[in-house]
Amino acid sequence: MYLRSDERGPAMSNRLALRIAVLGGFAVVLFAILFFCLWQLQVLDGDEYLAEAKNNRTREYRVSAPRGEILDRDGELLVGNRTSLALQVNPRKLPAGKAERRAELSQLAELTHGTLRSVRRRMREELKLAPAAPVTLRRDVGNYLVYYLQENQDRFPGVEVQRVFVRDYPNGTLAAHVLGNVGEISEDELKEPQYRLLQPGDEIGQDGVEYTYDRYLRGRPGLTRIQVDALGQPTPNGQLVSRPPVPGESLKLSIDSEVQVAGESALAARGLPGAFVTMDVHTGEILGLGSFPTYEPALFTRPLTQKQVDETYLNPAAPLADRAISGLYPTGSTFKLITALAALEEGVISPTDVVVDSGSITVGGQPFQNAGGAALGPVSMVSALQYSSDVYFYLLGLKMWDTGGLQRWAYRLGIGRPTGIDLPGGEESLLPTQHWRNQLYAEGGTDRPWSAGDNIQLATGQGDLQTNPLQMAVAYATLGNGGTVVTPHVGKEITDAAGRVLKEFAPPPRRQVHFDPEYRSVILEGLHDAAQVSGGTSFEVFGGFPIPVAGKTGTAQRVGHADQSWYIVLAPYPDPQIVTAVTIEEGGFGAESAAPVALDILEAYFNKQAAGSAGPNGGSPG
Amino acid sequence: MYATRTRQARPEPFAVHPGIAERLGLPYMDGALAISAVALAAFSVFTLSQSTLHDVPGSPNYFVDRQVIYAGLGIVGMYLLTRVDYSRFRELRVGIYTFLFVSISLVFAFGFAARGSRRAFDLPLFSFQPSELGKLLLVLALAGFVIDGARKGSDWQRTVRYLCLGLAPAALVFLQPDLGTSLVFGAITLAVMYVGGVPWTHFAVIGAAIVALTAIVLVVAPGVGTPILKAYQTERLTSFLDPSEDPSDAGYQQNQAKTAIGSGEITGRGDRATQTRLDFVPERHTDFIFAVIGERYGFMGAALVLSLYALLIWRALRIVTLSKNSYGTLVAGGIAAMLLFQVFVNVGMNLGIMPITGIPLPLMSYGGSSVLATFLAIGVLQSIHMQARLSQKGRFAW
Repeated sequence: MYLRSDERGPAMSNRLALRIAVLGGFAVVLFAILFFCLWQLQVLDGDEYLAEAKNNRTREYRVSAPRGEILDRDGELLVGNRTSLALQVNPRKLPAGKAERRAELSQLAELTHGTLRSVRRRMREELKLAPAAPVTLRRDVGNYLVYYLQENQDRFPGVEVQRVFVRDYPNGTLAAHVLGNVGEISEDELKEPQYRLLQPGDEIGQDGVEYTYDRYLRGRPGLTRIQVDALGQPTPNGQLVSRPPVPGESLKLSIDSEVQVAGESALAARGLPGAFVTMDVHTGEILGLGSFPTYEPALFTRPLTQKQVDETYLNPAAPLADRAISGLYPTGSTFKLITALAALEEGVISPTDVVVDSGSITVGGQPFQNAGGAALGPVSMVSALQYSSDVYFYLLGLKMWDTGGLQRWAYRLGIGRPTGIDLPGGEESLLPTQHWRNQLYAEGGTDRPWSAGDNIQLATGQGDLQTNPLQMAVAYATLGNGGTVVTPHVGKEITDAAGRVLKEFAPPPRRQVHFDPEYRSVILEGLHDAAQVSGGTSFEVFGGFPIPVAGKTGTAQRVGHADQSWYIVLAPYPDPQIVTAVTIEEGGFGAESAAPVALDILEAYFNKQAAGSAGPNGGSPG
Repeated sequence: MYATRTRQARPEPFAVHPGIAERLGLPYMDGALAISAVALAAFSVFTLSQSTLHDVPGSPNYFVDRQVIYAGLGIVGMYLLTRVDYSRFRELRVGIYTFLFVSISLVFAFGFAARGSRRAFDLPLFSFQPSELGKLLLVLALAGFVIDGARKGSDWQRTVRYLCLGLAPAALVFLQPDLGTSLVFGAITLAVMYVGGVPWTHFAVIGAAIVALTAIVLVVAPGVGTPILKAYQTERLTSFLDPSEDPSDAGYQQNQAKTAIGSGEITGRGDRATQTRLDFVPERHTDFIFAVIGERYGFMGAALVLSLYALLIWRALRIVTLSKNSYGTLVAGGIAAMLLFQVFVNVGMNLGIMPITGIPLPLMSYGGSSVLATFLAIGVLQSIHMQARLSQKGRFAW
């Protein structure tokens, strides 16, 4: 609009006109600046700010998935889930004041059996990876704590209680070492490739099959993306995306609860540290595997108290150790099966050769005696095994002392090497060889090189030998099944929630060992006579057992300990289906404590077989 | 009356029988000024009605209802002031100045404190903030003093006198503490002095003094341990230079406002707006209402609002040139500068180029005192316009 001449007021001075013009120019410049900035923000960079705004207002929450169940071979529940309450802290709702925040956190620390420091560290770690998300301080809080917090809500701003899944063990300690436990993923574990999709606070299997089959059991957490306001509060109707959690798949184990219960209670009744393993000799399926003392896996669903830490981790009896697969023991006479096979195959002796057992032999000036010093007179392979003649096997060890034949066969049968079982835990073991000892001597690790005495010791499962019940069971199974070195395993199949089998585990045998079937018969006959013919070493225990078996006792001398009791049995004789190996630390003679445990296990197994075949379906399920 | 007789002596074909518009004085008002002011207020109500639905639980129209009442009162007040000869205010300058001083001082005694600052009276209908009306009162009084003292004393004496008169209430407001309004007072003082003809050299000295003072307040005083500003004020003033991610920082708020405006892009996000709807931007109905407009209505809405302000200020500056007397020139200049300063600082704060000073956006920001005072100031402008038009037609009053 231009100025009409008649609108002009009193004539302005030129000075005033200049000033008004400058003021007007100033206004134009200021508006130009505002328009330019607005243009730049909204038109030029608008998409960037839009992305930022979208990112600003959403939060992702993970919805934990229930872990898969673990079942025994008959479908009985070994590990389930229960919902429990978890204590979470929403960092955005904590008091702003430093002192108040500190006071609240230290109170929370006290309530959750932690320290202010541990609470802070935990919050820092989780917030680094998931900013503004609630931090779980403690899982499985008791109702009393929840009520307390709810009654005092105003004193604990930002504290929330959420429902989470916690492992549930209906059978208490049963199969604890097989099942293992779950725990929160650690910072180091997060870096491992198999856990790359996980986040802090997620739970993973830490031991046992929970660890081995974690990727099946874990499931996939759900994701809820919700819209939040500036305080991180969900807005009404603000749920944007929701992906429901996928529950973990179920794991069916080859474990037979009845065998497992029998073995564990028999072991516990002895009250001494020990272990047992029962395995199908043809497939390597583990029917029972236990170690004593044991522990409650449920212990790990809550933070441990100091007392519990002392009792589990610092206990000299080491309840967490699985003695069946990580024990390091000499085997005593149970090793004689291996010595016998080695000697026969190496041609050192024939089954009919007779040796006169005079009670002791002297090699290199060192006397080697029968246990108890008894002289058994003339013995052949069968009777040597039946009566467990040490002298007979000393001689075999002496004959093979520098040929390595004994070690070769022991190694073929799996002694001194990993069995490949699907359970974590160092499968350390030691099969002493000439080479090993000489090298150790050269390095100054021992006072003498390999000698005949070492091999004589090994022939009866003594000396430097360190193995575990599982390796021995595999060795016995190999002889029992005619030469297949099976891969022991507890995982049988993966099923979905409806019970459909998704995957079966049948790990192929480790290798085949070829030996003369006649030798197998001879050795098994010797073991059978030992168990069930009068005068045999375990006749007192197995003499009355209705099923024919082939079992060998062992009484191992262990430095610093009383004698360790061993018993390994193949049943039924002469075509074994299962092998059971039992060892009991400081249990004395093999027939004294280990054999009765094995008997309990076999009774449980065969009772069930009998019940199954007598049942309407004519066979046991699974 | 004299005016009537004059009209009878020179009959005009279209004004023999004055119509309703003539009686209301509408032909003598600046239509564009009135329309832009009312349009801005209407836009404010529209924006509040869409964006503050959930702010006060249970009453979705809490802010809208009140803003409508304030704007209505403001429009009535604007019209009434239009019909008053603004020159009367020059005669009342001492009374106005005293009232300004007393009302601001009374806040210290009777005002209620909000967020650590006493700046308003709690009246039955709404809380009244004297410093908002004080902006207009300062213009009216100071312009009178400038005319009054035009021939008294040397140039420097006059300059110092005007400065003292203007900065005294500014200091009082600053102590409330209300940094933003005290800055507006300062801007008004300088503008009136500028239009009043204070020499350029004086402004150069004043400019240098402002720079030095800013340096002392922000850098030197905190450095020697006697801070003049409160910590939050310093942070607000400086944080736009160094935006931060810390939500408790002033810079974070400004970042969120920028994000809000930017995310509106050209056409705006409407009800899908999140920044200003979900509390990421604080004070969205008052200081940051421009961010709401930017996000909801995009560049089109924000540019429309800016254009309305440009129109408003252009009309104000035009009235400066039309005024029939020097007092009107000074008053119009002061009001134009007051509006310009507030719009630039507030929008600049929303856009992240000016510090956070708590200056409301005239007519847009929710708040009775501010809306009312701005409408009254526009009423004064209309009065100047009307008097100028009437004097050109040889008429002074009815």
